[in-house]
Amino acid sequence: MKMPAPDQAVIARRREIVAALRRIVAADAVIDREDAMRVYEADGLTAYRQLPMIVVLPETTAEVAAVMRYCFDANVKVVARGAGTSLSGGALPLADGIVLGLARLNKILSVNYETRTATVQPGVTNLAVTQAVEHRGFYYAPDPSSQIACTIGGNIAENSGGVHCLKYGLTTNNVLGLEVVLITGEVVRLGGEMLEAEGYDLIGVLTGSEGLLGVVTEVTVRLLPKPEVARALLLGFPSSEQAGDCVAGVIGGGIIPAGMEMMDGPAIRAAEDFVHAGYPLDVEALLIVELDGPEAEVADLIARVEAIARHCGAVNVRASASDEERARFWAGRKAAFPAAGRLSPDYYVMDGTIPRKQLAHVLRRIAEMSETFGLRVANVFHAGDGNLHPLILYDANQPGELETAERFGAEILKLCVSVGGVLTGEHGVGVEKRDLMPVQYTEVDLDQQQRLKCAFDPHGLLNPGKMFPVLHRCAELGRMHVHGGQLPFPDLPRF
Amino acid sequence: METLTPRDDRQVLEAVAWAAASERPLEVRAGASKLGLGRPVDGDHTLDVSGLNALGLYEPEELVVSAQPGIGLATLERELAAAGQMLAFEPPDLGPLYGGAPGGATLGGVIACNLSGPRRVKDGAARDHLLGIAAVSGRGEAFKSGGRVVKNVTGYDLSKLMAGSFGTLAVFTELTVRALPRPEDTATVAVSGLGDAEALAALAAVLATPYEVAGAAHLPAAVADRIAPAALAPAGLPVTLVRLEGFAPSVAYRAERLVALLAARPGGGTVVRLDAAASRVLWLAIRDVSPFALSPGGDVPAGPPVWKLSIAADRAAAAVARIAQAVPVEAIYDWGGALVWLRLGDGGALPAGVADDAGARMVRGALGGAGHATLVRASAMVRAAVPVFPVQPGPLADLTLRVKQNFDTRRILNPGRMYADA
Ligand SMILES: Cc1cc2nc3c(=O)[nH]c(=O)nc-3n(C[C@H](O)[C@H](O)[C@H](O)COP(=O)(O)OP(=O)(O)OC[C@H]3O[C@@H](n4cnc5c(N)ncnc54)[C@H](O)[C@@H]3O)c2cc1C
Repeated sequence: MKMPAPDQAVIARRREIVAALRRIVAADAVIDREDAMRVYEADGLTAYRQLPMIVVLPETTAEVAAVMRYCFDANVKVVARGAGTSLSGGALPLADGIVLGLARLNKILSVNYETRTATVQPGVTNLAVTQAVEHRGFYYAPDPSSQIACTIGGNIAENSGGVHCLKYGLTTNNVLGLEVVLITGEVVRLGGEMLEAEGYDLIGVLTGSEGLLGVVTEVTVRLLPKPEVARALLLGFPSSEQAGDCVAGVIGGGIIPAGMEMMDGPAIRAAEDFVHAGYPLDVEALLIVELDGPEAEVADLIARVEAIARHCGAVNVRASASDEERARFWAGRKAAFPAAGRLSPDYYVMDGTIPRKQLAHVLRRIAEMSETFGLRVANVFHAGDGNLHPLILYDANQPGELETAERFGAEILKLCVSVGGVLTGEHGVGVEKRDLMPVQYTEVDLDQQQRLKCAFDPHGLLNPGKMFPVLHRCAELGRMHVHGGQLPFPDLPRF
Repeated sequence: METLTPRDDRQVLEAVAWAAASERPLEVRAGASKLGLGRPVDGDHTLDVSGLNALGLYEPEELVVSAQPGIGLATLERELAAAGQMLAFEPPDLGPLYGGAPGGATLGGVIACNLSGPRRVKDGAARDHLLGIAAVSGRGEAFKSGGRVVKNVTGYDLSKLMAGSFGTLAVFTELTVRALPRPEDTATVAVSGLGDAEALAALAAVLATPYEVAGAAHLPAAVADRIAPAALAPAGLPVTLVRLEGFAPSVAYRAERLVALLAARPGGGTVVRLDAAASRVLWLAIRDVSPFALSPGGDVPAGPPVWKLSIAADRAAAAVARIAQAVPVEAIYDWGGALVWLRLGDGGALPAGVADDAGARMVRGALGGAGHATLVRASAMVRAAVPVFPVQPGPLADLTLRVKQNFDTRRILNPGRMYADA
C-alpha cells in the first residue's frame, strides 16, 4: 500500500504547529508525545499503521473551525477520526498530518419528539442515540454491528449500514441535517428538523465522503417508533443455493423483512462456538429473517416466510417466541467478526455488494478461490440487499500471508463488480479499496468524483491517500479541452 | 433558438460537447411539464431529451429498474404495476399546477427536481430511491455513478448530487431506481374539524405510533371542500388524513387503532375510515397539489403565486398563521406538516408590499429559521427578479457556485435556473 510521500517541510515545522494549535485549543487537547499518539496509529484495518504528526481533540465547532482554518493556512493535512473502527483504513493517520479526533464532541444536543429527530454531536456513539430515546419508544434505525463503539460522525463519513437497513435504509436515508466545517474553517449548515434540505444535495454527498470533503460537527437524524412486535426466524438449509432461493422467494413475494442475514457453514460453527446462540450445526447455510410490525401482521408474515423456506428445502425452521430468544438468534450474527477471530490469528473482512440472484454463483467462486489461494473463508452477509462479508482467515506472522489474503480479497471484489455489483457496500473505500476503484469506474467517472472534491477541498488537505488511486490537481482537472465551435453532428435531429 | 432532439446517449454527449465548446447555453427539458419550476433559463438552444424514452433493464426480483430520462412516468409506472411493483417515492405530476395537461411528467424530470409524494414520510424521497445514473456533465463528459444495488458506498454518491440539481450540473442519459412491492391494501383514516395546529399535533402523535403511516396530511376547510369526499366532512370543515398501506389484515388492524387514537383526542369531530378506492383518489389530489391547479389555457398564465415550504413540522402551523396575517392564503399540509403548499391571495390582487415579490420577503421572514421556502409558481418576470430557491448564506452560496463550476465550467446547462449566478 503506497501512501503519498510525506511533506518533509511540514514535518520540519512540527514544533511550531504544535505551539500554534495549543493557542487554539486547550493544551491537553494537543497530543504530541509518541506514546500517547500510539492509540491513534491505526483504525479497524489493523494491518496498516502510521503514527500521526500530531493529534488534536477539539471540544466545540468553533475549535474545529479554528483548527481547520489554521491547517488550511499552514498547509497541514487533516485526518478526521471518530472511534477508529473503520474497516477500510479511512482513519489511517498521515506522517505529515494531524488526526482531528472528534470524540470530545459527544453531546446529544436536542431531541424533538414532535418532528421525531435528534440533533447530536459527531462523537456520540451510534447506540447512545437509541439509548437516549428508547424510553419514549423510539430508536435510530441504522445499526452497524460496531454500534457500541462507532460514532455518528464516522457513520456519516462511511454511510454505514446494519442488519435493519433492508427495510429502514442506510445512514444516508436517515440523516436530515448536518453542520460541516470546511477546510477553510467556514461552517455550513444543511437541512435540519425538516424532511427536505435546500439547494444541491450536499448532505447526500457528504454522507459516505470518508472525511475527504469536510468535518461533520453536528448531525440531525430521523428517529423511528419501535415496532409493536419483532420476531425472528432461524432457517437452516443444506446448501447456500437453497438459502439464496429462499431470499429471492421472500423478496419476490412482496415481503421486505426488517432484516435478512445469511451465514455459511464455517461462520455458523464459529459463531455458535463463540456465543452459543443455538444455531443448528448440521446445515451449510443459515438465514435469520426478522419481521416486524403489528402482532397480527408479523404472525402472518412468519407463516408466509416459513412456507417459502420449506419450499426451498429448509431443514431447520425456528421462530423466536420471545425477545430474549430473538436477541439470541442475532447474538451469533452480530458477533460473527470476533467469532471468526477465534478461528484464526487474523482475519480480513470484505464488503462487496452483488445482485441477489448472483449469490450462489459468487459463493461457489469464492470457495474455488479459497482452494487456489490456500486460505479459509467464512461468509456472513446482509443477504436481503446482497452485501457480502467474506472473512478471509490468515496469519500475519506467516510471511506472505497478508499479501495473499489481500490478493484473494481483491479477486473477490473484482468478481462482485463483474457480476453487476460494487466494491464496497458499507465499509468504504479508504486505503483498502483505493487502488481497485478503476475496476468499477472509468477514468472519466473518477474525474467527476474528484471535481466534487475540488469544490470542497481544492488543495487536497482532507484525508489524502484515501478513496482515489490518483488525486489529480484541481487546476489540471478544471482545464477545458475544447474542440471546435461547429455542430459536429450532422445527424443530430433538431427542429 | 433551436431545439436539439437527441435520440441516444451518444447524441446527448455530442450536443452538450458542442454547446460547451461554443458556449451556447442549453435549456434542458424532457416532458416540459414543469418549466415554470425554477428561474427562467437564459437558454440559447433547447436540449429536449424526451426522445430518450426507453425502458432499460427491469429486474422485478432485484427490485430495480433502469430507464432513459424521457420515459413518461405513466409508462414506467404501468410497467412496474404489471409486476406488482411501484415507485415508492410516489412522484407527483405537477403539470396541471402550471396549467398543463396531466401525464406529462418524466422520470428524468422528477429526479432532476427531487420531487416526492405523500409517502415521503415513510419511504423517503426521490433521491433515496435513485441507485445509479449515467449522465453527461456540462463539460461534455459522459460518466456514471452508483449502480444497480442498494448498498453501495464506492466513492461519492454523485447520483444524489444530481437528483434535485434541476439539470444545472449534468444531463441524465439513464437512471436506475428502486422498484418496490405495491401494497396489497390501503385505507385512510380521517378526522374533521381540527384547526391547523391541533391537526399537526394529531399527525405528530399518529406518526409516533408504530403503525407505519404512509401519508399524513391536513386540508384546511377551503381546500377540503374542493377535494375531500363529502363522506369525510361536512362542507366548511377542515379534514386531517392518515393513510395506511400494507397487507390487508394489518391495514384493518392499524386503521382500527388509529380511529381509536384520533377519536380520543380533544377537539376533533367524527373519525371516518375511507376505503381503498376513495383513498387513492384523495391522495392523488394531494400528491399533485390539485387544489392549486390552473385550468389549461387560463388567461392568467401563472395564476396566484404558490410556495412550497420545507419546515420543521412542529412550527409549520405558526408560520402559516403569520403569513396569513399579511395576505389571505390557502395551505395544504403534507408530510405531517413538514411540507406545506401555500397559495397566496384569494383570486383578487395581492396587497401592496407582497405583489411585487410574490410575497418572498414576507413568506421567508415568517419562517423564523424553522425551514425554507421555494417559489414554485409565479410569472416568469417575477421568477427572474425574486430568488426562487432559498437564499443561501455566503459560505454555502460560494460552495454551491464551486460545485456548479466544477461540473458545468462554462455555465451552459440550465444557467440561472436555480440561482442567478449559477
Ligand atoms: C467489529 C466491527 C463491526 C462492524 N460492523 C459494521 C456494520 O455492521 N456496518 C457498517 O457499515 N460498518 C461496520 N463496521 C465499520 C465501522 O464501524 C463503521 O465504518 C463506522 O461508521 C466507523 O465509525 P468510527 O466512528 O469508528 O469512524 P472512524 O473509523 O474513526 O472513521 C471512519 C472515517 O470517517 C471519517 N470521519 C470520522 N468522523 C468524522 C467526522 N466527524 N467528520 C468527517 N469525517 C469523519 C474518518 O476520517 C474516516 O475516514 C464495523 C467495524 C468493526 C470493527
